[in-house]
This record gives sequence, C-alpha cells and structure tokens, in this order.
Amino acid sequence: MSKRSNEPFLWLLFSAGGSVSAMLMPVHLFLFALAFPLGWLDPPSDETLLVLIRPPLVRVYLFVFCFLSLFHAAHRFRFTLYDGLQIKHLNELINVLCYGGAAVGTVAAAYLLCQVP
Amino acid sequence: MINPTEYLPKSYHRRMSTYWWLARWSYLTFILREASSVFVGWTVLLTLVQIWAVTHGPSANAAFHEWMRHPLMLGVNVVAFLFVLFHAVTWFSLTPKAMVIRVKGQRVPDWAISGPNYAAWVMVSLGIAWVVLRG
Repeated sequence: MSKRSNEPFLWLLFSAGGSVSAMLMPVHLFLFALAFPLGWLDPPSDETLLVLIRPPLVRVYLFVFCFLSLFHAAHRFRFTLYDGLQIKHLNELINVLCYGGAAVGTVAAAYLLCQVP
Repeated sequence: MINPTEYLPKSYHRRMSTYWWLARWSYLTFILREASSVFVGWTVLLTLVQIWAVTHGPSANAAFHEWMRHPLMLGVNVVAFLFVLFHAVTWFSLTPKAMVIRVKGQRVPDWAISGPNYAAWVMVSLGIAWVVLRG
C-alpha cells in the first residue's frame, strides 16, 4: 500500500504556473521593468493604471498570475536545491519555506487586490 | 522465489560533486532553466509592490518609479528578463515532450504542438501591451 502523496497536486500547480508565467511574464517585465523605467516607451499614468486594475476581472487575472507563478517557482526552486545542490537533509525545512513563501505571497496578493479602491 | 536484488547493498550511492551541473553544457542549461524560478518569484514580488504603489497615491508611486530607475534595479531586471524569457522558450519547447498527442496512431510532430504555443504567446503579449499602452 503506497502512501498518499501531495506531489500530483503540487505538480499540477507547477505546470499551470509554468504556462501562466511563460505566457505573461516576459511582456509584463519588459514593459514595467525595462521599457518604462528606461524611457523606451511612454508609460501610462499612475491614475490610468489604477483605473486599469480596478475591474474585478483584472484583479482575478492579477491574482491568478501571482498565485500560480508563485507555486510554480516554489516547486521548481525546491527541486533546484534538491537535484542541483543536493541539499537533501534539509528537505522538510526547504518544503516549508518554498510552499510557505508561495502561500504568504498568494495571501499578500489577495489582500492587496482587495484593497484597490 | 529468491529476489536476486534483495541482498545487494541498497543504500550505497556514489557521492556526486555539488557542482556536477558545470560538467556539461546540457547540465548547465538544465540548472539555468531551474534557476529561472528565482526570477519568476522576483517578478511576482515586483508586481505586488507595484500594485501596492498604484493604490497608495502619488508619493508611493514616485518612490516606486525612482526605485525602478535605480541602476542596480535595472541591472537585476535585465537579468530577470533574460531568465524569464529563457523559461518561456524552454517551457514551450518542452510542452510536446510532456503532452504526447496521437492522431490515427501517429504521434503529432513536436512543432505542431509548440508552434501554436509560440503563436499564442506572441498574441497574448501583444494584447497585454496594447491594453497597457492604450491608456
């Protein structure tokens, strides 16, 4: 009798988050972290951005973006430490820090998006 | 029935170097791909800080813009962008390996699965850029 495992569920989050971050992150990062700060493109005003993120659908989009990407990153980073650096004796602690960190980030995202006036 | 492997020492593993992934180019690209997770997390963090700034008025926004224009920040973000791009390309190239589709017993070729993924990526990116820049 094999033990029940959380791995399939975590892998599902990993794979969904991998797709979401692959699709959406390059353009997000290009615009907000490179093109706007470096003046390559004219950024929208802060008021425009506030209006843009107000609709519930956009907030759900941003929440899913954060939530799935965080669990994708947590899962992958955990295995980077496990396979790459072969840190196996700290497995439990690493799991708690990775998925715990992702959970904290997800709650923070939900809180911030609820606070949007 | 005797299991022939029963008496072999199961716990013996040859010690592998901590830096095994430097030995070959393919190992290095594997570990770089895995390391992209750090920058995926970083991008979410930036997004959260930006949402906070946008909802907290002019002074928070000004501080955010100044922070994003800092040379150190720009340096980190160039690296982050390259890693996220690497993640996207490797992810779409891996999709046909993870998702094997057969039509009439024939395996659908890799490009027929990764191609539409790349096309969707371009369309989605242009769509988001349009929504953000329109304002």
